Parts: sequence; structure tokens; C-alpha cells
Amino acid sequence: MDGRGILQGLAVTLKHFIASYVDDFKRKNRYFSEEGVKYRSSPEVEGIFTIQYPEERRILHENFRYIPFLVYDEGEEGQRDIRCTACGICAKVCPAQTIWIVRAKDPNTGRPVSKPAEFYIDTTLCMNCGLCAEFCPFDAIIMDHDFEIAVYDKPDMVFDIERLLRPASYYQQIRPTQYAQKAAEREAKAKAKAARRGAARTK
Amino acid sequence: MAQPAVAASDLEARFSDILTPDTRKGYEGYIVKPEGLLAFAKALRDEYGYDYLSSVTGVDYLPNDMMEVVYHAYKITGGPPLVFKVQVPRDNPVVPSVTSIWPGADFQEREAWDLLGIRFEGHPNLRRILLWEGFWGHPLRKDWREPYYEGEHKPFKQRTSGPHFWHEDHSPFGKNVDYPPGFDPYTWEPETADQILYESVVQRTRKPEQEELHSEQVVVNLGPQHPSTHGVFRMIATLDGETVVALEPVMGYLHRNHEKIGERNTWIMNIPYTDRLDYITAMSNNFGYVLAVEKLMGLEPPERAQYLRVIMAELTRIVNHMWAIGFLLNDLGAFFTPALYAIEERELILDIFEAASGSRMMNNYMRFGGVVRDIPEDAWDMLVKLVTDRLPRKIDELDRFLTHNEIIKSRCLGVGVLTPEQAIALSTAGPVLRASGVPYDVRRAEPYGIYDRFDFEVAVRYHGDVYDRYLIRIDEMRQSLRILEQAIRDIPERGAPILAGKPQYQVRVPAGEAYGRVEGPKGELGFYVVSTGKANPWRYHVRAPSFINLTALEAMSIGNKVADLVVILGSIDIVLGEVDR
Amino acid sequence: MKRPNGDELQKPGYDIPDELKGSVVVTTLNRLYNWGRRNSVWPMMFGLACCAIEMIATAASRYDLARFGMEVMRPSPRQSDVMIVSGTVTKRMAPLIVRLYNQMPMPKYVIAMGACASGGGPFKEGYNVVSGVDKLIPVDVYIPGCPPTPEALLFGLMKLQQKIEKQSFREVYTKPDYIPEPVLGPDLMDPRDYPKIREYTQKKLEALQQQAAQAAQG
Repeated sequence: MDGRGILQGLAVTLKHFIASYVDDFKRKNRYFSEEGVKYRSSPEVEGIFTIQYPEERRILHENFRYIPFLVYDEGEEGQRDIRCTACGICAKVCPAQTIWIVRAKDPNTGRPVSKPAEFYIDTTLCMNCGLCAEFCPFDAIIMDHDFEIAVYDKPDMVFDIERLLRPASYYQQIRPTQYAQKAAEREAKAKAKAARRGAARTK
Repeated sequence: MAQPAVAASDLEARFSDILTPDTRKGYEGYIVKPEGLLAFAKALRDEYGYDYLSSVTGVDYLPNDMMEVVYHAYKITGGPPLVFKVQVPRDNPVVPSVTSIWPGADFQEREAWDLLGIRFEGHPNLRRILLWEGFWGHPLRKDWREPYYEGEHKPFKQRTSGPHFWHEDHSPFGKNVDYPPGFDPYTWEPETADQILYESVVQRTRKPEQEELHSEQVVVNLGPQHPSTHGVFRMIATLDGETVVALEPVMGYLHRNHEKIGERNTWIMNIPYTDRLDYITAMSNNFGYVLAVEKLMGLEPPERAQYLRVIMAELTRIVNHMWAIGFLLNDLGAFFTPALYAIEERELILDIFEAASGSRMMNNYMRFGGVVRDIPEDAWDMLVKLVTDRLPRKIDELDRFLTHNEIIKSRCLGVGVLTPEQAIALSTAGPVLRASGVPYDVRRAEPYGIYDRFDFEVAVRYHGDVYDRYLIRIDEMRQSLRILEQAIRDIPERGAPILAGKPQYQVRVPAGEAYGRVEGPKGELGFYVVSTGKANPWRYHVRAPSFINLTALEAMSIGNKVADLVVILGSIDIVLGEVDR
Repeated sequence: MKRPNGDELQKPGYDIPDELKGSVVVTTLNRLYNWGRRNSVWPMMFGLACCAIEMIATAASRYDLARFGMEVMRPSPRQSDVMIVSGTVTKRMAPLIVRLYNQMPMPKYVIAMGACASGGGPFKEGYNVVSGVDKLIPVDVYIPGCPPTPEALLFGLMKLQQKIEKQSFREVYTKPDYIPEPVLGPDLMDPRDYPKIREYTQKKLEALQQQAAQAAQG
């Protein structure tokens, strides 16, 4: 009870205090640069730890997930080819049951076609778990990185298909590894299918 | 220690009139007649060494018109559980209370009464615990429906056939409410639940001579909105001067109907829900749940997945203890500096979680038979650096910063003492139990996963006070690092399989029951699941360590000053998501 | 998106002569008032569930709420400007949340942080869950996410700052000041709904009686 313990503790805080300035002198580009943000998210960081959002952004890992979005491929004539086939697996696997899908109907025959007419994600329910994207067989629903979606009105929190659609190039940009991997898988599958078809024909 | 097999046959012979083995397919243990329960339980505790009652819960078997109470008792020296059940008719479910033998059953029996309507005869304080007095019905009964009822099971048909709607648009009140027929709010007399509460706390300690002297005790209410109650927890304490003479924890302010929703979900849907139980230790919750279901499915995850699970679970332990220590110091009045230092390390670990699972807190990382994806290489490098270099340094620093601080010592030493006997009797678990000198750790007592391969010590301290509960967390973090170092060394090369079988969203779970338990950072986290072979669990119960540890709160607090209440609560380290579920 | 700072004060909407630039500030009182309010929003130290952990993380060193003048977390509603409803609002907690809201001084703001506070979230179907805190008290900003990352919360807070900035003196004090506290009966009851509840339960009783009568006849 002689106060040595307190002094020892105060020395620790003092060290932290000094470290924040020492590091500022030692390192150039410590703020407002990608290099600086990287350093401040690394195990080596000492001193100031703050990432000054919104001027600086934490580097989100590719696997980061927030609200899902739907992918469309940009067609040659500028049309949007929605990858979703309205199979409903995402709606079935969603734990919070936040996905609503209405299948499109063929305007001529009235039969349902494998495209969604309406697609809703209710973000007042969505728990960002990522199961929909994980089990989507068409790589059509992807977890977004965009977290800047606060709104003033509650109805705006229900995302309809227009709000959900993003181009495949955006997908490639936020998740390059996954995009490449899935594209390769699809290609392999298509090749196998073609080979099978070819084999059947030769028979 | 007696061989379990010998003990079992011995038990059957001795209690042949009240005991029958449970022969249903996929079930284990014994069925005890209600009239013989107390004698059987007493013999179990005193003669057979099953002194630790881990879990008590009820199951509603609606098709058989039967309620079942399931008990899991363990030996504190380790080993598998003894499961026994009591079956009672559904229209009049009355079971003798075992609180006189295992006081730790107190809250769990109250919960079973609250949610399933099973009455426990002889329980000293059988009131609702998670819901309020006057609530209409017992919601976990299978024939009870909530106002927002959409279907018996998920997935709901409406999702793939119609446009978006909000439940409230279908309700006449525009809200998630429903009222019993004939109910009139104008003539309705409110059951003054608070009044009953306050009076029950005063009654417990009032002595006849005090009434004559009019020396009144003061009842103090803390919470539910109080900065030091770690969420929405409430305590009602009776004080004699400044000394606590009785205390009643009040909870349920975050009761989110986890179990009712869990019984409607498919098996896989429950994994992200478990994240939200104890929201600081999501990985560990995942682990417990998948373990329970894998037991039913008879699935064994591949090597690399086993290691990844251990790595994530141990990182979670460090995250949790960092947080716990930081906020214990907050409760002591060292406002925020220690917590800030601790949160800094937590953030770095969360970065690894984010890279591996996609989310900082709600990881949803484990699947039946493995994990969802391999840890990316950059995150792995960071993990190795953290474990081998930064974390040991930072834990030492925290130790240097706090452990010998005179103010902390004078506030913590000898405060909130829990003796080993009390700790076992009250079914406490985790750091609370081990700080009282009982070296019980599920990782050692009944190893799960691959924990039998690691060389580590079960941290134990002997005084059972707040200071020891702080120290034990430092010790445990160091042991976790030891495990992590071994896991990093031994893990199979990248590219090895991480999932048994193909990823699938409709798993086939054979009928039966299983109890999976892990040593979570807060204590023994158990999942009791019953399957009927369908796409969703029939019963899904969580044995939440924070909830059951709170049973010991009164025992810890009595005799201490009211100012120490906050610290004692902080030292148990509760998370309300898990307490209230 | 730019972080709000003092620069806007210098742009009153008309030109300041060059020689005076930098030495005078021309503004309306309203704008000055809002500038002050916007940069000193004190949140209530009030956590409900998982999102509270992210709120604490936002206040901690990595995201540092102090940069927005919001680090002063007040444990008392009497001293706070904004209530961040961080987590699932349960029926049992509902009367207390309304009471806390009533105790806050005007002007007051409410942020629904995360899916649960916005609309019940994954727990919406539960029997003890309120489907969004907006069923109880008016909400200014909704932040989706489960939980919203600290950055998402900061973005929501900046949205609130933008909202404050656009308000006028008069507008600020027009929100309902007092909301009757719900009561915990057989279920959560809003005192304003009592007539409706009686009507509903009577109808239900009659339906039951009819059913019973039919059964007796048949």
C-alpha cells in the first residue's frame, strides 16, 4: 500500500501518451493516406489508433458483408441481364425471412418465367448474416460493402429491385477474388456441360 | 471416482421403483417418477457425486400430451453427464422443485414456469422471470401463438409468392399485440408487479423485533436504465444502513424470444441467431450450437476446420476478457482509460473476424461439419503477429497497469466472496466458478472438438472475490494464447478441406436429443436440442452461463456495501442478450 | 460526404466584399444556433442490446465520437439531446423508453440504430418485441444494419447533424413533448388505444361464445 502500483499504472498511461506523439514524428504519411490507415489497422500500431471517418476509411476486407444487393450483367446493347432466376433459395434460407420475391410472367403466355418481377429486401429485418449470398447457385445476390444507407423515413428501408440492382462491374470491384473464383467455376461448369452435350451428340 | 457404468446399473437396481431408462430412439438417461425425484436427486448429489446441476429445462411434447423436465447433472471432477427426466401431464404439470438440493436450479425453474407453465412445488419464489406478472399465457407451449403468427415453420410461403408486406398492417392495432377475449382495459386492475417485488425483497429479511422498533430497511432500485448494469438489467437491494441484506435480480428487459423463434427456424437459420445470444462472443456461441447438432447428425468436421474453430473460440475468449476487464474497471470508477486500451486490442482481433467471416461481431462462421470459409492469408499473417507478438505484450501491459494498483486492490480484495461450496451449489460456471477455487473447465472436464490435444492449464484462483475474478481473466487470456500458439503450429496446411460434405441449407437431422456444451468465455454454454427428424428443431434451449451465474449474485452481495454492488455485478461479466435471450 | 465544419457559416448567401473576407462572419441567428447545436449533440448513455456494443466501439479510440462533439455520453436523460436506441426494444422495456424520452429536454432527437430498433429486426415475430421504436416515439434517423458498423453509426449521426442544420427555431419545438407511457397488461397497452382494445376483445369473446353455442347445438 505504498502507491507503487498506482505509479506503475500511471507510467503505462504516460507511455501511451508519449507514444502517440513519437509515432507522429517517426512516420510520415500517418494521416489521410492509405498507407497510414493500413498501418493503423496493423498489429504493429502504437500511438494514435483513430481512423478519421469520413475523411479516412477503414480498409474493409473483401469478405465484409452488409445489406445484400442483386447483380446484373451489362448487356452489349446496354440492357440489364439480371442474374437472379427467382428460384427462391435466398428467401427460403433467410433466417429473418426478409426477402420477398414475385416471379415475372411471360406477357404473351402468362406463364411464370425464371426472372423476378419484384424483389424486396426489408432492411428493417435483415440481419446481414450472408446466408442468401452463400447459397445462391447463380452468384446473383451478393453482400454489399456500402454501409452509408441511413435514412430519415422508415419506408425507405424497404429496398425494391431498382434499389437493389448493381452492375457486375461493381461486384468485381468490391470482391475481386470471389468474383474471379465464381466466374471460373461457372466457366468450368459450362465447359463440362458443353462436353457432355458434345459426347451425347457423338453417340 | 466410480465407474459410470457401475454407478448406472447400481442406480437402476436401487431406484427400480421410480426409475426407468429412457428408451426412445435417440434419447439417453432415465425417466424418474415425480414423487421419487427428490430422493433420487439427493442420492445423486450425496452418494454418486453428481453435485453440479448444469441445466434444467422443459420440453412440451404436444402430440403425446406431456410435459417433460430435463435435468443434466455432472460431477465436478469431470466426466459425462447424467441425464434424467420427469414426465408430467400437460394439463396439470407439477414437478417437485430441486432447489433444496441444487440451489442453482432456482432461476432455471422459474424460467420453465414462465415460458412453459410447469409448476415447481416447493420453489421458494416461483414467479415469472423473463416476462412480467400478468402476461397472457406461457409462450413456449407449442399451442401458444404470438400476435405476429405467420406459419408454423420457416420458410414462410408468402416470401416467394407475393409482394412485400409488414406484419403490423395485418394487425388491428398496427402493433405486435394481442389481448385475451373479454378483456376490458378500463376495469382491469394492474398487477403491481413492482410492489410485489419490493415487498418480497423486504419480507425476506424482516425480523419481528424490527417491526416493533420501526427500524426500517431501505429498498434501492438499480436499473434497468443505469450506466453500470451492462445493459438493461435491474437489481432491487434491501439495505440496512449501507449494507446489502437482500437482493433480487430482475431481468427480461431484453427477452427476445430466442427459443420460440429458434423452434420455428430451420437448423441452419439458428446459427446467425446464436451470434446474438452473447453478442461479444459470437464465435463461441456458434461453436456450442453446431456441436450439439453435429452430435445428433453424427458428423465429424475435418482437421483444419477443427483447428480453425479452436482458434476462433480462443480469440473470442481474449476479446471477451479484454472487454470484461475494461468494463470492470469502468464500474470501479476508472472511467474509460483501461477500457479504451482493452478495446484497442479487441478491434484488431475483430479485424481478423471480419476478414474470415465477414462481420465484426455477428460472425455466423461455423456450419454443421466445419466452417464456412477459410481464413484469408492476410488475416492469417495478422493473426500470427498478434498471437506471437502483440497480444502477450499487451496482456502484460494490462497486468502491469492494473493488477498492483492500490485503489483496485482496496476496492476488490475480499469483496463479493463466493465460497467453493456455494459456487458449485449455485451452478455457477466459467471464471466465477474457477475464481472460487474449483478447477472446472469443460475443455478439460469433458473435452470437445480437439481440445484434448492442447497443453494448457485450467486457471484457478482460491479467494472467490472480485479481485480473483479479475486475475483469473488475465490468467485465462494467457492460457488462450498458449492454445493459440499450439494451434497455429499444428494446423494442417491451407487447402485442406474445411467442411465435411457439401455446403447445404437443408440438413437432415435424425430424431433424438442432444446436449452440446462448450466452455464459453463466460462459462459453460450449453445447447439442448430435440429433433423429430423434421427441418426444424422441436426444442431448442440455451443454457446461458450469464443467466445462471446471476443466481449467485445475491450470495455474493449480501454483507457488502451498496457501492460494491456494481463491481460485483461487473465481475460476473454478464451480457444481457444471453441472460434474457 | 463532407464532415460539417465552420466553413458554411461564412456563406450567408450573398457576397461579402473582398476586403472584408476572413474578418467578418455574416450569418443568421438561426444558423448560428443550429451550428452550435449540431456540433454538441450529447447522446444518452443508454444501451439495449448488441448495437450498444458497436456504439461503445464508436465512442472508443478507433472511431472516436469526440471528433463530432458527441463524446459526452450522459447517463441522465435530463442532460442529453439524442437518444440512440441501440438494440431490440422489448415490450417490457417499452414503458421505460417512453419515460426516458419524456424526460429528455426539448429539442430532442431519436436515432434508431440497427434493424431491431428500426423495425423489430430478426426478432420481429417474437411475442415480447416491439416492431420498431417508432411505434413508441418519433424517430429522426434510421440506420439499417445488424449491427451497423461504427462507421455506419457515424454516418447516421452525420445525417442527424444535417437534419439539425436545416431546422428553424420554430420547427424545433413542435414535436410532441409528452407521450403517454404504455402499460404492461396481458400484453403491451397504449392508454390511447383502450377503446379499440375493448371493442376488439369483446368481438373476440362474442365469436368464441358463438362457436361454443354452435358446438352445443351440433
